[in-house]
Amino acid sequence: MTEYTERLLTETPRKHAADRFRLVWLVVIPLVAVLSQVYVPRFIPFLSYLELPLLITVHFALSRGGPIGALFYGMFIGLVQDSLSHQPIGMYGIVKTLVGYFAASVSMRFDVQNPVVTFILAFFFYFFHQFFYWVLSRALLGETLAFDAQQTVIFGLLNAAVALPLFRILDKLRVGS
Amino acid sequence: MDFFLSRYRHLTVLLIVITAQLVLIAYQVKTSTDIPLIRVWAVTAVTPVETALEFVRRYTWGFVEDYFVLLGVRSKNEKLLRENGQLKIENNYLKAELSTADRARALSVFQSRAPSKTVAARVIGDGTGANSKVVFVDRGSSSGVESGMAVVTPDGIVGKVVDAYPTSSLVMLITDPTFAAGVVSQKNRVHGTLKGQGHAECLVDYVQNEEQVEVGEWFYTSGDDRIFPKGFPVGQVTAAPNGKTFKEIYVSPSGMQGGVEEVLIVLQAVHQEVPGGEIASPAYSILPAPPDAAAAQTPQGAPQPGALATDADRLRAIYKDVGIAQKHTYGVGPPGTKPPDFTKIPTIHGVLPPGAAGQPLPGAANAAAMAQSAQPPQKAPAAASTKPKPSLPPSSGARDSARAPDTDDEPASVAREGQQEDRPSAPAASKAAPAVVPRPRASSGSPNAGTAGAPAHANPGPAANRPLMNQ
Repeated sequence: MTEYTERLLTETPRKHAADRFRLVWLVVIPLVAVLSQVYVPRFIPFLSYLELPLLITVHFALSRGGPIGALFYGMFIGLVQDSLSHQPIGMYGIVKTLVGYFAASVSMRFDVQNPVVTFILAFFFYFFHQFFYWVLSRALLGETLAFDAQQTVIFGLLNAAVALPLFRILDKLRVGS
Repeated sequence: MDFFLSRYRHLTVLLIVITAQLVLIAYQVKTSTDIPLIRVWAVTAVTPVETALEFVRRYTWGFVEDYFVLLGVRSKNEKLLRENGQLKIENNYLKAELSTADRARALSVFQSRAPSKTVAARVIGDGTGANSKVVFVDRGSSSGVESGMAVVTPDGIVGKVVDAYPTSSLVMLITDPTFAAGVVSQKNRVHGTLKGQGHAECLVDYVQNEEQVEVGEWFYTSGDDRIFPKGFPVGQVTAAPNGKTFKEIYVSPSGMQGGVEEVLIVLQAVHQEVPGGEIASPAYSILPAPPDAAAAQTPQGAPQPGALATDADRLRAIYKDVGIAQKHTYGVGPPGTKPPDFTKIPTIHGVLPPGAAGQPLPGAANAAAMAQSAQPPQKAPAAASTKPKPSLPPSSGARDSARAPDTDDEPASVAREGQQEDRPSAPAASKAAPAVVPRPRASSGSPNAGTAGAPAHANPGPAANRPLMNQ
């Protein structure tokens, strides 16, 4: 095991106890993310591929550390998304709960400050999110949605590219020790 | 259990949360009901922010967007105005072209159907003068236009050529105060003189107050002026009050409705019939022939002596019987062939003709000469029954044809026979010799009052169809 890999697996800079979001940001940021998802594509349609609530969930899970907090945060954001959709409440909630839980679990193992790790994690969780939502739709709702893997991969890459600067901005909002 | 919960606490919480949400979904799907509380909360939390965002966007980004959009509006507006102006001009041009094409087509159809020889011309300008109503047309003497020629349209007369230049002509419109033309009314054949008044309407002058002219009645050219051929529409009467001596008949010219642009110049005029030749109050009516007179016709067509017939009819029957008795066929044989002996006139149907009792038949020599010089046998009787016309030079004949028959020196009976030959559908007045009963006419101003049957104007006859010499 090299020194670099040791650092990737052991150091967890975002897990300082003092690094906390202010409570207001904990509410405002996901709200803005959900709003941007429902509002911005009206004027800039090509931004509809952005899954900002998912990125916020991933960022919170990676920085917050605790899986329980992350899964509840994901559930909260997912339920808000469900509330603004026409589907049964809980679809996005389950998916984002899982994303929050797994992202928090992963963050305990990797140095999520590394841009490459952040990019890969963002891409992975976007793909996981879309795939798991498709599975749930087919399994629970009986919907026959098409899953375009190629498009999902492309959108995943784009979301991962957006995640890098977004995470940097969100890191600035944390309360330092 | 405690160990399990403490060891897999995170996983347990995850399972609980997932299970709870699965139950929530199952409940919604199973009962097809919604969870309004969560939705209301979410929507209530989101939509005010969305409204505020939209408000901000509208008055910030929307304003900026409108500003940038409006930057090009002025130039775009000017461009659109220019395009609109060009399209308007083009539209008007196309409308004018379409209208011109329609008029030209109508003019062409009229030109092809009219018996008169005409040449189409286009009005290219107005003449000077405050009261004069003259226009220039683009046809001149090089096109055969001469001064005094009539200018018409399919709708009616327009004016006359007063000056002909090589490439253009000056046309005096019928609204010119110095314009005059002979006209006749459609119903009562009232003759008058059309005079321009300097405005849109014309006056028909020299019509007695006793004449009957109705408002809305049409006037046609009478051909009396030797400029306009007979039968062209002039216009409708708009008012016809009585004046001091003459009626004041105002006519709205039909040929100048909507302006004058394309016209026809009549190079060689041919008279036409005045349309709708039904006379409102004819001076005479022809009674039907008596039944016995109709039944008394001989197989050869000769009338019975007691039947009403003309002297010419009787003479024709006598000559025919003479020819039959002496086996002579009229019109056969070279000149100098011996004619029948008209001194041996047989008794025709029990009635001796005049001169049969040893007296010479009046005009027998002339009749023999006529019979000898007669043309084809079938035409010989008709030729013998009509009064020979003096042969006139072509010019004078044409001039006579241009004149109205009522001014002709020929007797009315000759003119009437000419009409009957020309019009097969006319009642066989000369053959059946019907009784002509004069009926007192309310207005006797017309010179046609003395003619029997339809007036000579109703059918000018073949002579009237000859070209009119333009002055």
